[in-house]
This record gives sequence, C-alpha cells and structure tokens, in this order.
Amino acid sequence: MIKKIIVILITTFALVSNLHAGSDGELLLKKNEPSKIKDCSETFNKASFAINQGLDKVIFKPVASVYRLMPSTIKTGVSNSLNNLSNVVTIPNNLLQGEFALAGINAGRFVINTTVGILGLFDVASYLGFEEYTKEDYGQSLAIHGVGPGCYLVLPVLGPSTARDTIASLTNFFGGDAWYNVTVRNDTHYFRDIDYYSSKVTSGIDFRAKNFDSIENLEKNSLDFYASVKSLYLQDRQQRILNSQKIIETQDDSDWEEVETQ
Amino acid sequence: MMKKKLLVFLIVFFSITVSSFSIEPDIFVQSTVNRASKLLGEDISKNEKIEKLKIIAKETVDIRGIGFYTLGKKRKSLNEQEKKRYAELFEGYFLKSFSSRLAEYTNPEIDVQGKERLNENYTIVNSILKATKERPEIKIDWRIYTKNPDNPLIRDLIIEGLSLARTQKEEFASVLSSNNDDIEALFKVLKKFSQN
Repeated sequence: MIKKIIVILITTFALVSNLHAGSDGELLLKKNEPSKIKDCSETFNKASFAINQGLDKVIFKPVASVYRLMPSTIKTGVSNSLNNLSNVVTIPNNLLQGEFALAGINAGRFVINTTVGILGLFDVASYLGFEEYTKEDYGQSLAIHGVGPGCYLVLPVLGPSTARDTIASLTNFFGGDAWYNVTVRNDTHYFRDIDYYSSKVTSGIDFRAKNFDSIENLEKNSLDFYASVKSLYLQDRQQRILNSQKIIETQDDSDWEEVETQ
Repeated sequence: MMKKKLLVFLIVFFSITVSSFSIEPDIFVQSTVNRASKLLGEDISKNEKIEKLKIIAKETVDIRGIGFYTLGKKRKSLNEQEKKRYAELFEGYFLKSFSSRLAEYTNPEIDVQGKERLNENYTIVNSILKATKERPEIKIDWRIYTKNPDNPLIRDLIIEGLSLARTQKEEFASVLSSNNDDIEALFKVLKKFSQN
C-alpha cells in the first residue's frame, strides 16, 4: 500500500513539475526551436518526402486545383464543417493543457455549430462572438507538459511530423478521437469507416487548395524544397505549441543583432 | 544679431527638414505595397513586371542584411573576398526569387492594420492580404529595420507567423551541410538559380 502511495506521489510530483517547466514560455521556445530539432532519419525522411511529392502530383494537386474553383460558399462550408469536427480532439486537449475555460467555450461552439450551424456547415458561434477557434492535438499537450519534440520525421502519406507528435497522434486511435470512435472503432450503425477516412482526405484537399499558390511558389523558388518544408512545418508547430499569435514571441532576434555588427 | 537669427533659422530649417524625411514604418509598408500592387495591375509583360519589381526591391529591402542573416554562423568564417562574392550572388538570387514570386499575383490587395515597435532598430508592421475566390485571407507581418528612420528597409516577411528569412536560412544551412560546409557549393547553387 505504502509502495503504491509513493509511486502515486512520485508520478504526481513529476507531472506537476513538468507542468511548471512546460508552462515556461522560454523553455517551450527553446525545446521546440526548429533549427535545434535533429533530422535523425534523413534518408528515410527524404524517401518519404519523394513519395509524398509523387502522391501530391498524381492525386492531391489535380483534385485541389478543381476543388479551389468551386464556389466560395461551398469551400467555406466544408472548411467550417471540418473545423467543427476537429473540436472532438481539441476539447480533451484543452482540458489536458489546463485550459478549462477554453474547453467550455469550444464545447459551446461545437454544440451550437453542430445544431444551429447544421452539422458545422455554418460557423454560427463566431457570428455570435465566440473566441477565435484554435485547433489543439495530443502532440501539443505533451509539449506543454515538457516533452521535447525528438527527431523530425516525414511520414508516408501523412507528411511532416516529429517523434513526439507521431506517438501522440496514436492516442486518436485508442479512444482519444470521438469521431474515430463512432466511425471506425465502434459499430454505431450511424456512421461507417468511410466517413472517417473521407473526412481526413477532404481535410488534406482543403489544406492543399488553401495553400495552392504558396506551395507552387515555394517549390519553384526553393534551393532545397525539403529543407524549406521542414523549416515551415517546425516553425508552425512551435507557434501552435506556444499558442502565440505574435511572431515577436517566437522569433529569435540574436542573429539579426549579430548582422548589425557585420 | 543677424548671425544669431541666421543660426536659429538654420537650426529650425534643418530640424523641420530632418523630421519631414523620417518615414513611419506602417506608411512605408503601405506605400511600398501600393507601388508593387499598381505595377502588378499594369498591362505590361511578365518580364517587364519582374524588372520593375527588382527596382522596387532594391530600394525598399535590405538585401545585404538578409543575405548575411541567411548565411547563419557560416558568415563568420568567410574572408572579405568571399563575403563580397556572396553578397553579389545573394542579391542576384534574392531579386529573381522575390520578383518571380510576386509577379504571379495580379493586383494583390494588402491593407496595413497596425504596427509594434520592438526596439529602436525594429518595428513589426501588421497587414492583411485580402481573400480572393481562390484563397483565404492571409496575415502578413513585415519586419522593418528602422536604424535609419529616414530610410526604413524591409528585412523579413512573416506570412501567417512563418518567417521567410528564417526558412531561407535553414534552406541555406541544408545546402551547406549536404556539401561538407563548402561555401563554393552554395555559390554554385545561387549562381545556377539566378541564371535559370
């Protein structure tokens, strides 16, 4: 019994101390600094990257180029609906990160948009003045609690990630994603597996269409496209983990200062 | 008496002249954007647009500063001749990359929304690239170098929180690391890009 209590105490202490360490913005910034994240499996990553580029050329790019020509109302509806669905992962992560008020706001947003907003097609909550929606995931929650990113990874089909984020995303398949639970994991008779997978594919196409010109431009003007994508992905992750809207909080100015003295 | 009056007049004159040339970073960004936007809307060939965009870039962007920032720690190990060569090659690369990226847009509408002074050398200007039928609204922040307030210069574009200068820096680091840190390899890549 005493042994159990000691284990619980040690675990609680470790978690709490991690929480404090993790909540320190400076430390979070350092731990998730893109230039410090190692590309341990570069050969594998570059091979995956090449596969993904091939898939993009054959599937995502052509579909996205047609999709982006659709009326704005349809694209906005699809985008709203996907965002609304992502709340089922965001809300538990708001709780895991200690953002209880935000979890309440997002739960309210989800209920309003699913009902009044007709399955999320219309973002009624934003119209009513709800706080701007920011997606959260299990990788971000682990980062907030002090877990470092580990190595950079490029997953076939799924794209850029880190060791931490890849492991954390497995939570979605073990009960952490209510949408996965009601479509694939459990036979609810209301949804089928295809509903889950088609929502994921649509999400990929929506992302590709939104960033169509930027991706084309980047590929055309990059000296090293692989390195550019890696940098942009890791910068974006760092900013999401810090929940920062301001670039001045996430950008290291020390190099610019050094340039002054050149 | 006459001398004293003349002195006062000269001091007042110069102080007015100096202050009238000082440009606020947000006004500088808006006027630069308006110039580029007007040019992109003109009925001229893409090549002509690119050449004119290069002139705007030379006047408003700190190309040399961005070049040395992009080079990262490697800049410390270059000799004067290599630095000179790098600055020339980087300018060619930058102007080509910058102008051909922008030339793809037709009449982009950018609205400056505000600014935040970081210190006496830097101000971040916030702006929005308005949505079109094809893409949503994009947030663009401009890092403006204000050491000389009469001649502010753009040092970075931060699109939706992602810094272009930082991305370029990591890209250059990758080129160097895959070539045993050989600066000549980077020179070769930059030259090839500019000539294509």
